[in-house]
Amino acid sequence: MKDSTTALMVENRPVADFIAHAILILGVIVVAFPLWVTFVASTRTFDEIVNVPMALTPGTHLLDNYAQALSHGSEKGSSAPVATMLFNSFVVAVSVAIGKIVISILSAFAIVYFRFRLRQFFFWMIFITLMLPVEVRIIPTYQVASSLHILDSYPGLVLPLIASATATFLFRQFFLTIPDELVEAARIDGAGPMRFFFDVVLPLSRTHIAALFVILFIYGWNQYLWPLLITSSESMYTIVIGIKRMIAGGDATNEWNIIMATAMLALLPPALVVVFMQKWFVKGLVETEK
Amino acid sequence: MEKRVVFKSAWLPYALVAPQIIITVVFFFWPAIVAMYYAFLVQDPFGLSSHFVWFQNFIELFHSSNYLDSFKVTALFSVLVAAVSMSLALLLAVMADHVLRGAVVYKTLLIWPYAVAPAIAGVLWAFIFSPSIGIVTYYLLKLGVNWNWVINGNQAMLLVVMAASYKQVSYNFLFFLAGLQSIPKSMIEAAAIDGAGPIRRFWTIIFPLISPTTFFLLVVNIVYAFFDTFGVIDATTQGGPAAATEILVYKVYYDGVKAADLGSSSAQSVILMLIVIALTVVQFRFIERKVQY
Repeated sequence: MKDSTTALMVENRPVADFIAHAILILGVIVVAFPLWVTFVASTRTFDEIVNVPMALTPGTHLLDNYAQALSHGSEKGSSAPVATMLFNSFVVAVSVAIGKIVISILSAFAIVYFRFRLRQFFFWMIFITLMLPVEVRIIPTYQVASSLHILDSYPGLVLPLIASATATFLFRQFFLTIPDELVEAARIDGAGPMRFFFDVVLPLSRTHIAALFVILFIYGWNQYLWPLLITSSESMYTIVIGIKRMIAGGDATNEWNIIMATAMLALLPPALVVVFMQKWFVKGLVETEK
Repeated sequence: MEKRVVFKSAWLPYALVAPQIIITVVFFFWPAIVAMYYAFLVQDPFGLSSHFVWFQNFIELFHSSNYLDSFKVTALFSVLVAAVSMSLALLLAVMADHVLRGAVVYKTLLIWPYAVAPAIAGVLWAFIFSPSIGIVTYYLLKLGVNWNWVINGNQAMLLVVMAASYKQVSYNFLFFLAGLQSIPKSMIEAAAIDGAGPIRRFWTIIFPLISPTTFFLLVVNIVYAFFDTFGVIDATTQGGPAAATEILVYKVYYDGVKAADLGSSSAQSVILMLIVIALTVVQFRFIERKVQY
């Protein structure tokens, strides 16, 4: 389709093509350059890195660096094992994604399929959470978590992040497009609301759930400010926090080979999710921003 | 739009919304209200007693040159992040829309930075631009540029803008590409037949047609630069040198958590809340016009 129309255009196609490819390749290189340097540094020794300029080809210490990072972290700065941090990040990312999806789909179902007092009021309450990012309520939220005794715990890391207006809106919009005939048919068959939810609504929402899961997993994995505030013991650090704690001293004292191995471990899981679940990722990104 | 057919139950809808409402009240509304209350208090340095001072915290903030500077830094930072990430993304999207071969490969290779946490992006960029061991620093020096963001405020700002723009380029690229691909090819073809060259076609047809996307992305990028870039700042400059990169969100955190000035930090939170509300209203008024419900 694209070929037939663009072929009609009159100007010098080969030159335009060349420029387009050149700019795109340059863009890909610029975007990949920090990642490549990080990867190279994660395969070299500390001495090779501080001996400026570091060669831009992979070294021979890949296994040593990653093994040290995973088993006992950086010897300077924080010395928590990165394997623990990866596990924590995984738990937080999956719990945030599932938590947001579950509470959003339930509340959207209630708001679309029932008429009840306070319905509009609840809808607006959920809407307003859009305007209260964690950054504007850090200290009081910390105090709430403290009085609930969930500091330094998984519930503390997860619960304050899982109310989601965007996911609720997304499900609401989708439910409004489900034909009313399906409800009528379900009611004639004697199915109650929860039966309808599990047999009709949930299966129909599959693609939306998958797309949201990808976006929310990345969101949860990449959280920074809240885990920074609420975790105090090393065993509860997520990897994004852990890497910050490893950068303790100046350039000459940080164990850059270990820090860079940790950086690779921190960015690979969400990056692989984007690359391999690209279809869901793009769908989720576009839909949650509507 | 409403459903014609609904279920009836006296308690079920309340049970269904309960989890979300409880989380919302406990972790969003209550802390926000407490922040508003604290904004009107002054606490003694030991946190033992506090008293109500009306708007004194706010008045002090707007008389504080530090705070006003932080506003300026934030404005500059968010404009730069939006400008850098949107113009690069648009350029790449126009090129990706043009090429026939390899478009999918380019797309994959350009969107993965979206997954990089702002704090990690900060670590990556700070490493290659590090004053003593950075690889780019080394070559900049060979070119005669003395690069040291640890002591040079402008260079520190450049560094955090680069790190913060990194993932936004990917995000903006996807939306621009979708916008470009939705333009009917016949329109561009007609202009080409009329003799309009590629640059003229871009400015007279393509750019106006993607202006809704551009405006939407502008708001999203400013919200991102205001709130989601805390990790970039904290992992790199920590607001320095001499507060040259101290954006408002970082100052709320620093004054509240590190300096334990509860009243002032809370007043800053309230001001930030007003900014988010304003930006959200702008975004939604715009989206209402765009999307048909």
